[in-house]
Parts: sequence; structure tokens; C-alpha cells
Amino acid sequence: MAFGGSETYGRDPGEAPVTIKILIAGGFGAGKTTSVGAVTEIRALRTEEPLSGPGAYVDNLDGVKQKATTTVAMDFGRITIRENLVIYLFGTPGQERFWFMWDELASGALGAVVLADTRRLADCFPSVDFFERRRLPFVVAVNCFDGARRHHPEDVRSALDLDPEVPVVLCDARQRSSVRDVLIALIEHALRALQRARAAGTNA
Amino acid sequence: MAREDQWLDEEAGPVVRPYALTRGRTRPAGEALDLIALVTAVRGVEVDTVGLDPEHLALLQMCRLPTSVADLAADLDLPLGVVQILLADLRARSLISVHHPTLPARLPDPQILREVADGLRRL
Repeated sequence: MAFGGSETYGRDPGEAPVTIKILIAGGFGAGKTTSVGAVTEIRALRTEEPLSGPGAYVDNLDGVKQKATTTVAMDFGRITIRENLVIYLFGTPGQERFWFMWDELASGALGAVVLADTRRLADCFPSVDFFERRRLPFVVAVNCFDGARRHHPEDVRSALDLDPEVPVVLCDARQRSSVRDVLIALIEHALRALQRARAAGTNA
Repeated sequence: MAREDQWLDEEAGPVVRPYALTRGRTRPAGEALDLIALVTAVRGVEVDTVGLDPEHLALLQMCRLPTSVADLAADLDLPLGVVQILLADLRARSLISVHHPTLPARLPDPQILREVADGLRRL
């Protein structure tokens, strides 16, 4: 595995590079940063967004209206499978007021991992809703925190009212091999979804 | 208040500090630059630096090899929106080429995802 700002993607003009975007979502404290850090070096990305809408404008001392901004920090990392084949993982900003970022993040994404903390399962409802509405393939990864009661994946599935084809897996966000297995589950799920979509397309 | 009706445009100058670099623009010109689009500096062109900021030139240095928009924003430590606008400036001057990511639904062969899964198993 390689990472760092100076990495090359190869010079073979015959092969177009393939970059894959995967989102890591879930409530605040569900283990998003930990899980990205378990499989790759974490890089920080910030966005400074001008706010609009009610409450977005503040008066400064001379009375000239000034636009307020909000800074959102996001974690990301990348995993190089081989030259010209690279996965990018993006941790989604947790709080709902940063949802303006989600559209840009989700556009063109292969899929998403929704990290669930069974002590606060409701925290991942918004993520599940978001990905369901966009028909973006996702898996639910139940982060087994120390001291958290173990839950059967099927209990989590029914509590979240998930479609039967959505994989629910247990994971430990600190463990590289565990996070890797979650990513593999997502990629296989996304592949099945793509194959179904193509089959439906050829029958139409 | 009546002030709500007042609009500021580019002529008013930057209203948000990080956007001073972009002369107040908050949206890039042209097609959107995805976070994982790969940007490469075009080689062998004379760079006319008039109208370019040091940050533009820093970006050109950083993308001598194909580099993602997200990596460039992290390397330059500027907000993503600002970097997207600066890159759009460079694109408008034909100083960079942009490789847009392939949408998953348009992958020529979905089986490439098998290779991704196998690659992850080797991690």
C-alpha cells in the first residue's frame, strides 16, 4: 500500500486511471475517523462554506453586512490497489448542518459504509435515509465498542428497517482487517447492485 | 430590514476571507471538479503568470503528476471550494488537464470491482 502527496498513477497512456469514492458515514463518535485511520493514512480536507438563509448574515461594526461562513473538516484517505486503481475514503461530516457537503460527496460515489453504534442506533437513521433515497449502495457496519452490548446483525437490520439485500456486518473500527472486511462487503454489494441494474437495463 | 435587499457582487471585493484569493467568487467556472478528479499540469507550455496568484503556481507544481482534487486541497491547506476555483482558473488557461472519475454505473467492466475486492484482501 502506498500513500502520500507525491504518489504517481503511472505513465501508461493506454490505461485510464480508475478512482473509486467510498463514503464513511454514521453519527458523531461512531468511529468514522478511527475506521479510515485503520486502513490508510488520514488526510484533512476542509471546506469553508458561505452560509445562506436566515441567520446567515451578521452585522459587523461599520454596519456592512458580512456573510458568515462555516468551516467543515473532513477526513479522507486513499488505498492504492495498483497503479491506476485507487480507492478514496471520505468521512462524512457528522452533524446535520453540514449536509450541504453530502451532495458533493455522494456524487459519483460507488457506495457508503454506515457505522452504527448500538448504544445510539438512531444516530445513523439520517445516513441510512440519505443513501436509500439516492439509491447509493451501502452496508451497515455495527461498531462493537468495548462494553457495548453485542447485538445480532438481524436485530440491527430490523431496528433500522433495512431492505433484505443491505449487508449488516459487525466490525471493530480500530482493526485494519475488520475495516478491510467491511470495505470488501461494500464492494461486493455494489458489484451485485451494478450487475442487477445492467441486467434490468438489457431487459428493458 | 431593507438591508436584506442589498446584494454584493464581485465588484464589492471579497466578503469572505478565504475567498479573497478567488476575488469573491464562490463557484468555479465551467464543469464541476469532482473531489477525486485527477489533475495534471500540462507540460511544455509557457506559463504567463500575469493574473495568477502564488497559490495557482503552487498548484501547478503539485500536479506535475496526476493528483486528485482532494489531495491538492489537503496539500495546499486551503478550503476545497477555493482550490476548485483556482483549478478552474488554470483549466480555463489550458494549464492543466482534468481526468474526470468514471461513474460506477458507467464502468466499462464492473468486474474491475472484483479486482478491488481482491486487492483489499491482500492489505
